[in-house]
Amino acid sequence: MSDTILEVDDLVVDYGSGATAHRAVDHVSFSVRRGSTFAIVGESGCGKSTIAKAVMRLLQPTGGRIVLDGTDLATLSEARLRPLRHRFQMVFQDPYGSLDPHLSARDIVAEPLRLKGVRSAQDRATEAARLIDRVGLPTTALDRRPHEFSGGQRQRIGIARALASSPDLLICDEATSALDVSVQAQVLELLREIQVDTGITYVVISHNLGVVQQISENVLVMKQGAVVEQGPTARVLTSPAEDYTRRLRRAALDPATMTGVKPRHVVRSLALGATA
Amino acid sequence: MSPATDDTTDADLLLEVRDLHIELMTTNGIVRAVDGVSFHIARGETVTIIGESGSGKSTTAMGVLQLLPADLAVVSGHVRITGLDVLADASAVRTVRGRAVALIPQDPMTALSPVRSIGSQLGEAIRIAGAASGRAAVAARAVRLLEQVHIPDPRAQLKKFPHQLSGGMLQRVLIAIALACEPQLIVADEPTSALDVTVQAGILDLLLELQEQRGIGLLMITHDLGVARLVSDRIHVMKAGVFVESGDVRQIVEHPAEPYTQGLLAAVPTLGAWDETPTAPPSPRTDRSEATRV
Repeated sequence: MSDTILEVDDLVVDYGSGATAHRAVDHVSFSVRRGSTFAIVGESGCGKSTIAKAVMRLLQPTGGRIVLDGTDLATLSEARLRPLRHRFQMVFQDPYGSLDPHLSARDIVAEPLRLKGVRSAQDRATEAARLIDRVGLPTTALDRRPHEFSGGQRQRIGIARALASSPDLLICDEATSALDVSVQAQVLELLREIQVDTGITYVVISHNLGVVQQISENVLVMKQGAVVEQGPTARVLTSPAEDYTRRLRRAALDPATMTGVKPRHVVRSLALGATA
Repeated sequence: MSPATDDTTDADLLLEVRDLHIELMTTNGIVRAVDGVSFHIARGETVTIIGESGSGKSTTAMGVLQLLPADLAVVSGHVRITGLDVLADASAVRTVRGRAVALIPQDPMTALSPVRSIGSQLGEAIRIAGAASGRAAVAARAVRLLEQVHIPDPRAQLKKFPHQLSGGMLQRVLIAIALACEPQLIVADEPTSALDVTVQAGILDLLLELQEQRGIGLLMITHDLGVARLVSDRIHVMKAGVFVESGDVRQIVEHPAEPYTQGLLAAVPTLGAWDETPTAPPSPRTDRSEATRV
């Protein structure tokens, strides 16, 4: 097996066509090392979620290649894609909107097992119980429905559902941004434990540089559909090469490093830097 | 030094909240959302209530402004806005709300009517505030308010509809609407949480600038410790309806006494030191060398 699990090469995604077409992803290339965490950061509308959707083949890219372990997903038909889908899964941003409200946690987690070909209902229930336990929820959670859970617990169910397919690659699209910081810390810790145990690869889409710094080895900074810079997270976030990355870094308010009370010069320079 | 130390006289206080209790009627029975909180805000001060979802921070703000539905919320205690007790006298709140005190809501994308122009909605606020009457005078005042919140080409923006503006520009429009009544106190409920960080910086700068120019008192509601650290004089940390810790901003962030505050601060992923000087490292765009986990 190659060291690279995912190679995205010259990816282009246009929304619409003709004169009104909007280029959401503009010739983006990156590669993700097996077992690592790769982060894509940027502000609203920069194209980071569109990349996630393209890699998941929830949309058809306009151009470029998305090579997962040697297979180019970008041009595969849905029929050829289906047997591969269990290998790449996604955890969504909205813990409230991404779970079927009519299903119990057990059924939500068991559904991908059925798609994967686990025939026996008993086996599916056993595996669902194992996954629910793996994400740190009690056995009593199995029979409850999404509305009975908090946001953090729902996100754990979303992770259990994604893991049910035994994916090699998990895309987390702002998976913790709707959560309180203390809950976010717990979910990030859970993701880290799962990676240590299984060697799973993560692509993390986030606007939060603190989260990115905490969990990723490599990062891609995007703006208006294009790559601003990419490299090891430690290097990009501690000595950014590009002005835009510096601007993002400066605007990320880190309570630990601030001094003074209502430091007007700091706030002013942030605002000016942001609009420069 | 913050102006609201113990020697602050009552006359300087824009907001004085004592022993505020709020009970909410829910389908699961009565919930004590706010359970005896006290705080005050003087001219030119920013006081922040920080807490996680369900802590009661927004309920406190809405209770202070008497914006909770009367049939579902029981508010008790003492709330004085510019000296007027708005809980004791139900009609008193109407004399201060939209006059001495204004609200900046959380989500700028849904706070404005999508079917009315910016000019029409800003004009309505100006007329209600009694700041101007007559079409030309109202329009002139609207342009001046948009200038004060640094919206470029204000005359052209008046004709636009909310969907034609970005989230940051809409939040500036909402601040302009709040300023229409020349408030002494502004309640800002998560004013930047729906915005990108670079846009957030501009909005926080604007709020502090207005405070500096006019001595506006600011009640800030946020879950973001970074925002709280940047703009506050004093912070109240709220959990389950009570303030678990209150104090000067530096004391709370640098030397939190309570385990809950310590945990909250520890949960924020920190970025640490970085090199701000724009010197390019070797081969920036193609840097794919192995990184060690941090």
